[in-house]
Amino acid sequence: MKNGNLLQLVAVTKTYRLGEHEIRALDSASITIRKGEFVAIVGPSGSGKSTLMHIMGLLDVPTKGLVYLEGKDVSKLSESELAVIRNKKIGFVFQQYNLLERTTALDNVGLPLIYASFSEEEIKKRAKEALVQVGLSERLYHYPNQLSGGQQQRVAIARALINNPSIIFADEPTGNLDTKTGTEILNILKVLNDKGSTVVLVTHEQDIARKAKRIIKIRDGKIVS
Amino acid sequence: MPFKQLINVSARAILRNKTRSALTMLGVIIGVSSVILLMSLGSGVKTFVVEELEGLGSNLILIIPGQFDTKQGFASARGGGLGAIANSKLELEDVKRLKNDVTEVSEATGLLMGSAVVRYADVKKTVQIIGTTSDFTEVRNVSLSEGEFFSEPDVTSLKKVIVLGANVALDYFSDTSPIGAKIQLGEFRYSVIGVLEKKGGLGQTNLDDQAIIPVTSAKRLFDRDNLNFIYAKVASSDLVDTAISKIQMSMIERLDEDEFTLVDQKEVLQSVSSILNMLTFALSGIAAISLLVGGVGIMNIMLVSVTERTREIGLRKALGATPNIILLQFLTEAILLSVGGGVIGILTGMLGSFALSQFMTITLTWWSIALAFAVSVGVGIIFGVMPARKAASLSPIEALRYE
Ligand SMILES: Nc1ncnc2c1ncn2[C@@H]1O[C@H](COP(=O)(O)OP(=O)(O)OP(=O)(O)O)[C@@H](O)[C@H]1O
Ligand SMILES: [Mg+2]
Repeated sequence: MKNGNLLQLVAVTKTYRLGEHEIRALDSASITIRKGEFVAIVGPSGSGKSTLMHIMGLLDVPTKGLVYLEGKDVSKLSESELAVIRNKKIGFVFQQYNLLERTTALDNVGLPLIYASFSEEEIKKRAKEALVQVGLSERLYHYPNQLSGGQQQRVAIARALINNPSIIFADEPTGNLDTKTGTEILNILKVLNDKGSTVVLVTHEQDIARKAKRIIKIRDGKIVS
Repeated sequence: MPFKQLINVSARAILRNKTRSALTMLGVIIGVSSVILLMSLGSGVKTFVVEELEGLGSNLILIIPGQFDTKQGFASARGGGLGAIANSKLELEDVKRLKNDVTEVSEATGLLMGSAVVRYADVKKTVQIIGTTSDFTEVRNVSLSEGEFFSEPDVTSLKKVIVLGANVALDYFSDTSPIGAKIQLGEFRYSVIGVLEKKGGLGQTNLDDQAIIPVTSAKRLFDRDNLNFIYAKVASSDLVDTAISKIQMSMIERLDEDEFTLVDQKEVLQSVSSILNMLTFALSGIAAISLLVGGVGIMNIMLVSVTERTREIGLRKALGATPNIILLQFLTEAILLSVGGGVIGILTGMLGSFALSQFMTITLTWWSIALAFAVSVGVGIIFGVMPARKAASLSPIEALRYE
């Protein structure tokens, strides 16, 4: 394994069983992500992008194949061990924002640190910093339903950054937003990448993918290029 | 995750749904408060009955006809009861002999009881009549509100005098003094010489509804010689055991072993309190069933909550919550709900006990509170485990995809 390889998937296959049918969501996909990259994964709907991202983000395990994170084989780890790694090294941004309702922006952002056993003051301090970073210093105590879609997605990005992750995954982060707001969100991710974060962006729009430094194309569960 | 934050996260989840949480707690509140209320009611009744029995007079030994197993309680009175009283071999001479032979016995008296129609002016009623000796007032700790009790010579000379219980006196003489009045007792005329002080109380021990005449007159009135039972009073409580064996020896000279039974106050108290304890526990057990129902309510709501919050659970897992932390979080929520209900239930139970204590004797025991608290924690754990395990076992992606 070469130095600087942050994440490596080797011949990863993921199959789902639906009764008699077997759906091959990923078919022998191999990918290497290096530190500091900004990669876009593009493909039509149902091509397996989300499935790929879940496996790269250690939310799911492959049916076949190997996954290395920072050189370590993680494909055989238990659910608890994976949870601890996600907590320390990975940040997620979802299409649906996935914020806790009736919970302030500040508390939403601090959520990952609760599971890392940080003190309350430390969590609050870091959450504030993260919200400032995404330009929401004025919205610390707003509830999700008091924020616009773009603002909610910024809260989600702040939450993804708070644990200083090795890699940030964003699955269709602009899918629910208009073009202008979507561009703002992409710019935030770009700035993060410029500051050294590794970003993996999943999208089905070529326009958005062009913002990334590298594009991985996927079709029917296979990596095309 | 530190304990404090665990409580924090769970408490917030509960407060997000205030009405639902309150309704969920209601089951536990009702269960816990009724357990506490019934337990304090039970021990209150026990205290009351025990005091009442002790009010009969301390260091009292009862001699009753037939075989009577006090150890197994009143229910198993083999050969005892009414039949035994009819065949009673106890007589007045036993009372005299005990007083002479057993030095530990300071006073003794026999009771010959029956009922008779008592008439005065237009009032005509059946009243329970006690025939006894002049020692009765000493033995039973009774005092008179008016007039006086009959004397030893009154008994020996078969005087037709009567002392009325407080209620009986009121029944016949609502606004005049009964002293000196001649009332009709069966075929005989008796003159009222005294009225007992009102004592209150229950059943057999209640003298308020009875009337007392010399035992010699009672023999004639009811046309029999045998006594219902004999009371012997012992000078001090450390002498009770010696007195019992001496009485036993003295009685056996004249009667067979199965023709009488000695009962001392201690034994009666023990069997009465064991019956009352059983009753209290039975009632509290029934109340505890409503606690179980409350627990099922918690489980139900927690299951609904897990389903509703599937996405939240998926998100928390994605962000680094391990299955164990999710399990703990939902278990803590269930326990907080049941303990919250438990604490409110304890407070309302205490309040209820306090309100009841205005009308009757109530003893609130600390252990019933401790028990109620422990049980509500237990209910939370038992009924929280299943929903919590369900939450913990959700896969993060399935949960995130859940709509
Ligand atoms: N839990 C599952 N059970 C069965 N089939 C599944 C499951 N999850 C995904 N699939 C199937 O796997 C394939 C890939 O799904 P995936 O969500 O990765 O697509 P996608 O590229 O993210 O699509 P989109 O752009 O619409 O989000 C699809 O055919 C989908 O139906
Ligand atoms: Mg997808």
